[in-house]
Amino acid sequence: MRDFSYLRATSTDAARQAAALPGAMLLAGGTTLIDLAKCGVAEPDTLVDITHLKGLDRIAVDERGATIGALARMGHVADHADIKSRFPAISEALWQAASAQIRNMATIGGNLMQRTRCPYFRDPANFAACNKRVSGSGCSAIGGVTRGHAVLGTSEACIAMYPGDLATALVAFDATVHLGERKLLVDDFFLLPGTTPDREHAIEPGEMITAIAIPGSAAARRSTYLKIRDRQSYEFAAASAAVGIEFEADGRTIRDLRVALGGVATKPWRVRAVEDALKGKVLEPETVRAASLLAVEGAVDHGANHYKIELAPRVVARAILKLGETA
Amino acid sequence: MTVHNIRVGESKRGDASDGTLAEAVGGRLSRVDGPAKITGAAKYAVEQQLEGLAYAVLVESTIASGKVRAIDTASAEASPGVLRVLTPDTIISLRTASDWLGTTPPDKPYCPLARDITFSGQHVAAVVAETFEQAVAAAALVNVSYDETPSIVDLSDGKAGDGIAIDAMTKEWGDAPAAFAAAPVRICAAYNTPREYQAPMEPHGLIARWEGDRLTVWEPSQWLDGMARTYAEWFEVPFENVRLVSPYIGGGFGSKALALSHGAVAASAAKMIGRPVKLVMTRPQTFTGYGGRAATRQTVTIGADRDGVIQSIVHRGVNETSIDGMWVEPLGSVTSIMYATPNFSSKQNVVRVNSVVPGAMRAPGENPSAFGIESAIDELAYEVGIDPLEIRLRNYAEQDPHAKKAWSTRQLREAFAAGAERFGWSRRSPKPRSMRDGNQLIGWGVAAGTYPVRRAYGEAVVRILADGSVEVESSSIDMGQGTYTILAQTAAETLGVPADDVVVKLGDSRFARAGVSGGSRLAGVMTGAVHKAATSALDQLVGLAISDPRSPFHALQANTLVVANGRIGSPRGDGPDVSIAELLKSVGRDRIEATGDTMPANSTAEDRYKNYTTIAMALPHTEGDYSRYSWCAHFIEVRVDEDFGTVRVSRVVSALDSGRLYNPKLAESQWKGGIIMGIGQALLEEGIMDRRHGRIVNNNLADYLVPTNADIPDIEVISVGIPDPHSSALGGKGVGELGIVGVAPAIANAVFHATGKRVRDLPITLEKLI
Ligand SMILES: Cc1cc2nc3c(=O)[nH]c(=O)nc-3n(C[C@H](O)[C@H](O)[C@H](O)COP(=O)(O)OP(=O)(O)OC[C@H]3O[C@@H](n4cnc5c(N)ncnc54)[C@H](O)[C@@H]3O)c2cc1C
Ligand code: SF4
Repeated sequence: MRDFSYLRATSTDAARQAAALPGAMLLAGGTTLIDLAKCGVAEPDTLVDITHLKGLDRIAVDERGATIGALARMGHVADHADIKSRFPAISEALWQAASAQIRNMATIGGNLMQRTRCPYFRDPANFAACNKRVSGSGCSAIGGVTRGHAVLGTSEACIAMYPGDLATALVAFDATVHLGERKLLVDDFFLLPGTTPDREHAIEPGEMITAIAIPGSAAARRSTYLKIRDRQSYEFAAASAAVGIEFEADGRTIRDLRVALGGVATKPWRVRAVEDALKGKVLEPETVRAASLLAVEGAVDHGANHYKIELAPRVVARAILKLGETA
Repeated sequence: MTVHNIRVGESKRGDASDGTLAEAVGGRLSRVDGPAKITGAAKYAVEQQLEGLAYAVLVESTIASGKVRAIDTASAEASPGVLRVLTPDTIISLRTASDWLGTTPPDKPYCPLARDITFSGQHVAAVVAETFEQAVAAAALVNVSYDETPSIVDLSDGKAGDGIAIDAMTKEWGDAPAAFAAAPVRICAAYNTPREYQAPMEPHGLIARWEGDRLTVWEPSQWLDGMARTYAEWFEVPFENVRLVSPYIGGGFGSKALALSHGAVAASAAKMIGRPVKLVMTRPQTFTGYGGRAATRQTVTIGADRDGVIQSIVHRGVNETSIDGMWVEPLGSVTSIMYATPNFSSKQNVVRVNSVVPGAMRAPGENPSAFGIESAIDELAYEVGIDPLEIRLRNYAEQDPHAKKAWSTRQLREAFAAGAERFGWSRRSPKPRSMRDGNQLIGWGVAAGTYPVRRAYGEAVVRILADGSVEVESSSIDMGQGTYTILAQTAAETLGVPADDVVVKLGDSRFARAGVSGGSRLAGVMTGAVHKAATSALDQLVGLAISDPRSPFHALQANTLVVANGRIGSPRGDGPDVSIAELLKSVGRDRIEATGDTMPANSTAEDRYKNYTTIAMALPHTEGDYSRYSWCAHFIEVRVDEDFGTVRVSRVVSALDSGRLYNPKLAESQWKGGIIMGIGQALLEEGIMDRRHGRIVNNNLADYLVPTNADIPDIEVISVGIPDPHSSALGGKGVGELGIVGVAPAIANAVFHATGKRVRDLPITLEKLI
């Protein structure tokens, strides 16, 4: 039987030290980790339970921004009154994610670290080839079922889509990940697959997410997260957009714009091309639709996921226009 | 081991808003098993705690076609806690069992673990260990090597061919091809449905225990006696030696009616190690361990005159089956009866692919059949410019066009009228893409559905106990459809006792025998049997009261008495008035027991066995002078986002004819459940195949999507049925399967109305519309 040891961390330092040992993994809400252990993907030797650490679930919001502890639960953050008013996109990204039961268990740190839903990644018994699981073993998805796979940021080694909603909203608003003292932009925290799809985050052994910080901004205040999927609830995005907007005093000219895409890329996907194309412009449906096409510049499909290239710009455009309507 | 007991008094009464007392037949009594389920008191089959229980875990093939070259079990056997590793070489030999028709099987051994691989996910080995975790760990160490051969992935595989013609499915009258060629209006289209899965909440599994040559199996079951027969034949023990226990079932939808290979593995393991063994499928295994709905293809051609009156229907259907099993999904079943047509032809082929043999899933046959014909007639409506509801009325079948017999009852016209009225159909703007709300294109669609009234004989025991309470016993089952409740209502009404005083015991093959709970037949069969048994118990009771010298009624010299509310009195109220308990005491009896069955009077023991353990004695729905079906009409509104192609069902009004309803509240829930499942079928459900490996990759409930509450609007159901004396003893027709039939085409038709795009391949996912 696969024995593993279970360790309940009593301090952040102890957790970090324990997690630095080979085969050790942090356990937060467990909604990703236990699932992956059941599929035979995660095979930890030691589980370091961090859910009893004090103070890591704090949510602090003021005009400068929000700091959310790594152990704050998805559900709490989604319902937090100040998050809702100052960062609507964050709250919306969270309440549209997973199910109520999962949101009550799952933590913000664990959420960032969730793994791809690529069915080949999740089924080692049947599909030996997966570069993300075993570097150099090949990619079973290419040439197989690709309906949910990425069209942006892919490589020959891996086309797995990053499925998280929250990180998509975070990357739009220049949030940072706190690994104790070290701070990284969310955009830099997530890595492109390149030739090393097994390495997904710029996190080193012995590091742990302690918090995320989101700078306050007018664009974050007027923001939204639009998630499109076949099922109305409890499904990952076919395509999603986190958008924030700030208008000039005229209420029509775009001063600041933030756009990020989810459900279509190998990592949370900021699309500055759309932002740059629209900044300084008056918000008009035609202009917005034309600029939104830039969101999928360089996209490559693998057959069944082609629709994402059509869909993503439409989601971006709708989200921007929706924010315009509330002007 | 709890044998299940439920008292009606534990549940809240339904409202009696229709004037019927909640607990009488036809009353809205709430589910009597509800409280036990909600509080967790209900113990499901594999929740039994048994002394010495061991755990079995299956090892499945990772190729779709080929042969097992070798199975290396050494490291699994050395793994902690392992009691036995079962392979085709080490498992005990079983006999092949008869099929569900009772056909004498070939005299050859049966091995539930495969050497010849015909689909990915086939059981090839199993590990039995002291704990579940040990079994899981060891199962991962079983090393199977294969000689792989090319597989036939699905119906679209080039190697699949045209398949086998199933002549029994051919239905023809008139000269359909000629009439089609001559028709001024012709439409022809192909409709496809994918592999779909029953996905019950409770996965399949069992506990098997041997005591000598007696086998007890705790297993969720839609058919205890049928499954007991299979186990008995596999293990060559007398039928009476096998006991199946299944007090509750967490959803079956057709998938839990037969003993399956995993059951044979678990019972073999229990026999081999001399301990009870529990085996529960993982969720992924439920996608390959038994069959879901077969993928189907149909072409429907309709020739009509310019007024939309049908002259000819030519229908061709194909469904997939496995390499060595046979499953026929009758695709011409609705096509051949829904509309009047002078010329008709329907034929069907079955194609072998490397899949587990498909199985029954809610309304097998009628469901995909309706998707074809009910989409096609909608296409015809637009072609001739006639309202889709009007064209259905113009082609209304006044009698069964195939059997050429009168309908027993067909309230379909009434269903169309009632549904259209509630829905506001007359306000529909006829042109596609002509209704919208902002970015949402709105579409209204209609489709009809039907399901045959399947009938069989039933048996029940009714006991009046010393305290005046009543016991009903049957080996039939309740998988959520309300058997416990309606049988309590039936016994209470027949005997004249409060439903509170009735205890219904189901789900144990030691009780009075019962046939399959499938094909929406159970309520009709069992209310009839309980009514008969209760009537005979009542006769005995009244007989005693009149004739026993010790009875207070003896002196009255009455020729009858009335029993109401648990008390006995004379019809005119002029004599004594005593409770049932008092009467039994006065005549010195501690119980009255009656067995009632609806079998023909001269039936032999063999007939009975056959009736309850096979489906060979089911009564044809077109027997005698009548053709018996349930009917429905669905009116559905969808909203389709014009940019995203996402479809949301925003309104459903369905009018249904299930004859007399034994309990409207439960019938409505069944109908709604069917409609919800139909929404899933229309918009979400599909087994997605990796064509290189012949393997379904979305084999879990995060990726195989069924509707959530957020996908389901308020659903309004209207009963338009009338009692149908030709369909069942108490006048009901089928309920459980009817609701799903016609939902998918109503949605596809609404999507066409919304968008102008005709989607003929289910499910209607967003990429088909953007
Ligand atoms: C059926 C299903 C549907 C879902 N749908 C969605 C969806 O629609 N959108 C969406 O965004 N998400 C979805 N999710 C993912 C869900 O949000 C994540 O599983 C959850 O957020 C993970 O959080 P956790 O606390 O349970 O993490 P855990 O499972 O405990 O941990 C996940 C990973 O993160 C690591 N980890 C945990 N905490 C830290 C930390 N502080 N520092 C460093 N590493 C850490 C763990 O070692 C592990 O590798 C879904 C999940 C499921 C099972
Ligand atoms: S796409 Fe990535 S995760 Fe999926 S199989 Fe290929 S390498 Fe593995």
